[in-house]
Amino acid sequence: MIVLLLAHLVAGLGLVAVGGRAGRRAVLVGALAPAATLAWLALQAGRVLDGEVVSESLAWVPELGLDVDLRLDGFAALFVALVSGIGVLVFLYAGRYLRAGGEGQGRLLGLLVLFSGSMLGLVLADDLVVLFGFWELTSLTSFLLIGNDHTSARARTAALQALLVTGAGGLAMLGGFVLIGQATGGGTYRLSEVLASPPGGTPVTVGLVLVLVGAFTKSAQYPFHSWLPGAMVAPTPVSAYLHSATMVKAGVYLIGRFAPAFTGVWVWRPLVVGVGLVTMLCAGLRALRQHDLKLILAYGTISQLGFMVVMFGLGTAETVVDACELVLAHALFKAALFMVVGIVDRQAGSRDIRLLRRPGPGWGPTLAVLLVSAGSMAGFPLLFGFVAKEDAFAGLEPGSFAYAGLVLAPIVAASMLTVAYSLRLVWGVLGRDGDGLDTTAARTAAPPATSPSTTAPAGSGPAPAPRASFLAPAAVLAGLTLLFGAVPALIDGVISAAGESLTAAAEPVHLAVWHGWNLPLLLSALVLGGGAVLFMARRAVDRVLALGHHLPSGGQGYLAVLRTLNVVADRTTAVVQTGSLPVYAGVILTTAALLTTGALVLGDGWPGWPTLVGSAGHVAVCVALLVTAGAAAAVRRRFSAALLLGATGYAMAGLFVVQGGADLALTQVAIETLTTVLFVLVLRRLPDRFERRSGPAVRFVRLVAALSVAVMVFTVALTAGGNRVAEPVSSEMVERSLPDAGGRNVVNVILVDFRGLDTMSEITVLAAAAIGSVALARAGRRPRSSGAPERVPPPAPEGRRLERLVVIDVAVRLVFSAVIVGSIYLLFVGHNQPGGGFVGGIVAGAAVALRYVAGGIDDVRNLSRAHAWTVLGAGLLLAALTVLAPVVLGAAPLESTVLETDLPLLGHLKVTTALPFDVGVYLVVLGLLLMVFESFGDDPHLVTTPVDADEVEGPAESRPEAPVEVRAS
Amino acid sequence: MTVLLAATAAGLFGIGTYLVLQRKLSRIIIGIALLSHGANVLMVGSGRRGRAPIVGSGDAESLADPLPQALALTSIVISFGVTALLLALAYRSWLLTSDDEVQDDLEDERIAHRGAPDDDLAGSDELAEIEGDPTGEEVEP
Repeated sequence: MIVLLLAHLVAGLGLVAVGGRAGRRAVLVGALAPAATLAWLALQAGRVLDGEVVSESLAWVPELGLDVDLRLDGFAALFVALVSGIGVLVFLYAGRYLRAGGEGQGRLLGLLVLFSGSMLGLVLADDLVVLFGFWELTSLTSFLLIGNDHTSARARTAALQALLVTGAGGLAMLGGFVLIGQATGGGTYRLSEVLASPPGGTPVTVGLVLVLVGAFTKSAQYPFHSWLPGAMVAPTPVSAYLHSATMVKAGVYLIGRFAPAFTGVWVWRPLVVGVGLVTMLCAGLRALRQHDLKLILAYGTISQLGFMVVMFGLGTAETVVDACELVLAHALFKAALFMVVGIVDRQAGSRDIRLLRRPGPGWGPTLAVLLVSAGSMAGFPLLFGFVAKEDAFAGLEPGSFAYAGLVLAPIVAASMLTVAYSLRLVWGVLGRDGDGLDTTAARTAAPPATSPSTTAPAGSGPAPAPRASFLAPAAVLAGLTLLFGAVPALIDGVISAAGESLTAAAEPVHLAVWHGWNLPLLLSALVLGGGAVLFMARRAVDRVLALGHHLPSGGQGYLAVLRTLNVVADRTTAVVQTGSLPVYAGVILTTAALLTTGALVLGDGWPGWPTLVGSAGHVAVCVALLVTAGAAAAVRRRFSAALLLGATGYAMAGLFVVQGGADLALTQVAIETLTTVLFVLVLRRLPDRFERRSGPAVRFVRLVAALSVAVMVFTVALTAGGNRVAEPVSSEMVERSLPDAGGRNVVNVILVDFRGLDTMSEITVLAAAAIGSVALARAGRRPRSSGAPERVPPPAPEGRRLERLVVIDVAVRLVFSAVIVGSIYLLFVGHNQPGGGFVGGIVAGAAVALRYVAGGIDDVRNLSRAHAWTVLGAGLLLAALTVLAPVVLGAAPLESTVLETDLPLLGHLKVTTALPFDVGVYLVVLGLLLMVFESFGDDPHLVTTPVDADEVEGPAESRPEAPVEVRAS
Repeated sequence: MTVLLAATAAGLFGIGTYLVLQRKLSRIIIGIALLSHGANVLMVGSGRRGRAPIVGSGDAESLADPLPQALALTSIVISFGVTALLLALAYRSWLLTSDDEVQDDLEDERIAHRGAPDDDLAGSDELAEIEGDPTGEEVEP
């Protein structure tokens, strides 16, 4: 079985890929997989008819107990025969129906094969999850097949509707499967085991309703039916195969499987039988008002599916067997009818019954097929439909189960409608003379869902008769209808096996045409007579039915649901996604704060109050921190705020000193200086003051959010600090610092050795931030030579000239060299004394800042021929190599060794292999700072111009001797 | 962790949050800087205080806890990188709009006022027509 499924998959995908070029042969390739399935089924037939079960299993996700369990019993065999048998005929039919070399044909045929495989998997699956998978695959292939003509908006919309409705139903069904599967004792999802010992309880009841929703959507039951008429835009072979004979029967199949086991659940019968009866009647009435032959058939299909749903849903031994007959009969006549309608459409160029002319000579065989199949649909004696309907009536005879009469009466009424629309169909195909054509009415009505041919105009002489090979597939089906109708005993075995595999209570059946004078025969006569009357009186009936036009249709319901969804989505988006950063941040922070505080306060983790104050030094720095931070938030000038933030940073450095962090204090002071420089570089361009914009209400909300965050931090700090259970890992780090890493400064050893990988990723983040800020600051700046009109700088105002003093210049150069040497010293001693790569890099950056202040960005660029990004990249590369080098030598990443040598002049030198890593850190930090000056130091609005002797006309004593840069704003 | 340090951290977080919820990017940047100061107070405050953690400068018991310090050190440098990036953002905002205001997302505002286009429903009215009852009169053959 798995091999057969794979064969479908391969053939289908192959045809989708290259089928368009294969021409007519593609059709034969497509028919191969279903034909092979039929042959395999014939080999298994003997065993299956004897009541044996053929099963196969493939482990899929053993950890979850998910297996691809396949199981062929009598009921599955009936469906396999339909899927593959009709599949072969549909492929042969499609070969004549499709125009050779038409666009998208390879895809169409390939998708048909894929669908055939999915449907095969669906009826063979014995695992609920696997069944669901195949179920959704049929929905997907159906979607693609309906929308095969993707240039048509109507096809796309119809495909989407089919997908949404059946897909949503499929999801509901999955939920139902899970509820039912979990309710079984061992959590088994094996269909046969679930049905053998059905679980009970409320979850199962809910699950059953969900499964039924899935079945109703798939089998186009009211109120989910409206996708099926829309799906008639698909090419006729697709309609014949998916939307009448097979796919829409998937829901019926599932109800048939579940009914005998779950018919005792209170919700089952009222729901299934009620929905089925309403569907049968409403769709039958709708069919009587259609002018498009395919739509008559579509509504007929919905109505007939309702019939099958009722019969399976009742779940008695007798009705289940009758329903199997109905499934077979319906597939035979409906597929044939669709094929005939497709032939008419092809040959006559229309399938609107108001436009069709009376067929000319040579149409005899086609009309015979039509009459046989339509007769079977109407339940005419000696045709298989009659046998099936008779048995159904017998199964519903009053007394066979409770309230049987209540079910029988609507079914008889609906069967009259079936007779009436069967007659309407035949009457429509037979057409009328040229005078009777009502072209105006047809033109005002909606155009046929899809008309494959626009070349043969309707109404210009009788349509040419179809070739025999075009009709042959439909003729085979009609022949079977005749054969089984005349000698129904031929399929006793098939129907008996199907019924027995559904319920053990089913007895072997003996189908017969003549059961004697009894109630079913009377009802059959009544149905045929009533239907004929309904058809004859169609003008009067139509006036009554026209009243129903004002009732909301299923399609309108679907649209209303979609529109409501869109409106709800819009409204929700408008509320949830305001696009305002403060709102998002506020909601996130407040939520996090309230939830955390709530959990901590309500929990029992409160450790009690710790020491109030550490030392007097602590009090001083903490007060300084809070005062400067508060002031930074309160002032209304940008510069003041930046300077106060710097003050907060220095207060932090003070706290680090009090706490005993020498490295930290060093770093903090250096970085705070640089941050302040950075702020000044950017803020010089922004307005001086923050204008007050938000009202008191907004500020109050902000205050509440800020307070809740503060309370959360306070609670977390005290709770976490007082709940320490383990010995701090750092005491071991202190012990092992010297012996393992050869360094005395534990903080530095942690950074470059113990936690060196962390540092590696941190400097990578730094590099990314540096690249990001350069990109942000410089993006969109064009090179001067691009030919774009240049912004002409305004002439320099007298008061804005900047001049350089030699004294300062020289002093800065001296200090710069000293600071750089100092930074390198910090880098090297860092392993044993306060210092290290981070501190060293920042100090070097501070030296660069000095040069910038004195000489502008050009002075910084002239420091070295290396670009800022070269320094950054070299640092990152060096650090990465240091991490990886020990790996090459077979050690752990970053493993360090101590090297000791005696050098002349320098004396004893002890170096660890962590040093290159620290040098990398140093270079990355320095590179970051260079990049920052590169980003903000260069001012596009300030243009450096060469000195013009005439312009520099200041007082003689202030004229500098050194090269002068004049910067104009 | 003393009550004083916890309160200081809480204060820094509160002021930082207040600033982060504003619309001027410069204030948001200052707010984020204050938030990272608060985080550093929490980290450093969680360790034992003492002498600078240099082996040999005293007995092991009197040294400050080095691990939180190492964490805080990288945190300081990283927040400098973040500040630089955000300042670049402010700079860019100034280049484009001559201000550092964080504006609302225009697309979101449009959806809030007019709703998203119903592209997925195009052609559905035709479909409802197929599905509904045709209104044409009956014709006799």
